[in-house]
Amino acid sequence: MEWSLDKKRPICPQICEKICILVATGSIGAGEKLASVREVALSAGVTPNTVQRSFEQLEQKGVIYSRRGSGWYVNEDIRVARETMRELVNSKTNAYLSDMHSLGLNNDDIINVIKEYQHE
Amino acid sequence: MSEILRCEHLHKDFGSKQALVDVSLTVESGKIIGLLGPNGAGKTTLIKLINGLLTPTTGKLYIESQEPGINTKPKVSYLPDVNYLNNWMSVEDIIKMFADFYEDFRPDLAFEMINRLGIDRKDRLKNLSKGNKEKVCLILVMSRSAKLYVLDEPIAGVDPATRDYIISTIINNYNPEASVLISTHLISDIESVLDEVIFIKDGRIVMHDTVDHIREEHGKSVDDLFREVFKW
Repeated sequence: MEWSLDKKRPICPQICEKICILVATGSIGAGEKLASVREVALSAGVTPNTVQRSFEQLEQKGVIYSRRGSGWYVNEDIRVARETMRELVNSKTNAYLSDMHSLGLNNDDIINVIKEYQHE
Repeated sequence: MSEILRCEHLHKDFGSKQALVDVSLTVESGKIIGLLGPNGAGKTTLIKLINGLLTPTTGKLYIESQEPGINTKPKVSYLPDVNYLNNWMSVEDIIKMFADFYEDFRPDLAFEMINRLGIDRKDRLKNLSKGNKEKVCLILVMSRSAKLYVLDEPIAGVDPATRDYIISTIINNYNPEASVLISTHLISDIESVLDEVIFIKDGRIVMHDTVDHIREEHGKSVDDLFREVFKW
């Protein structure tokens, strides 16, 4: 999996977001076991402490839970992950819109741009 | 989490030159820490003090509450910034020598890593490429069960693939009981793998913080901040 972490932002929230996306999009199913802390650390190229901290934060939010001696699992209830995903979509849309506004386009123009882009 | 390294008001002078000035810091177990600074900042001097290769002019330094000496040698695994191995020796001989030398050395682990790299254990060191030689040196150092791994410039002068190998070896050998101190000036390559960074400039510690806290507070990467702090 491609992590492509942003070097300007703290790593921990980025790992949390990625896991939420994987859960919300179904790449990791509800109730499924996650890769180990070390495996995630290796594939993302970050320290195991950061992954551990991310997993603990996700546990607090109710996205995943740990089973003693067995590892980390996705919750059956994935509403929190979906909510995080929606927030991400919103903030990325916001960023896009303000970019386009600064180019002098209004919302109707933007909608047209997107439609035309799709037709290309 | 326990304390692995503590420096208290360390000073090191070479004649009239002050190499380290009032360095105080603590390092806890289970951390990967970057010791960052430009050439001549005092990184290697600090590392040599930790290894007991130099003694402080004033101030104290403890490794698990003991001053550097015979008792701390088994606790510190050190990768120097220069090649110190005999070039005519084969990889196998060197691994055996390390096994004789260090009680905590795990030859099985070393051979496994050598095999995975596809290096022939019969090869003499002088016949290896620069990158492979650096990998062998790192494998030797990481195959010990030490409390503190001190790597002086492990990623300088190697290609990106070798750098990735070195970084993943460090992650792979991560042990919550031990810590890794890595000195480098190539920050952007390595910052995401670090828990904490120590900035050292003109022999003084100018910053000691976690990577995520730096990014949160400054809104920029450690590399960008480094360039700002060490601007001419």
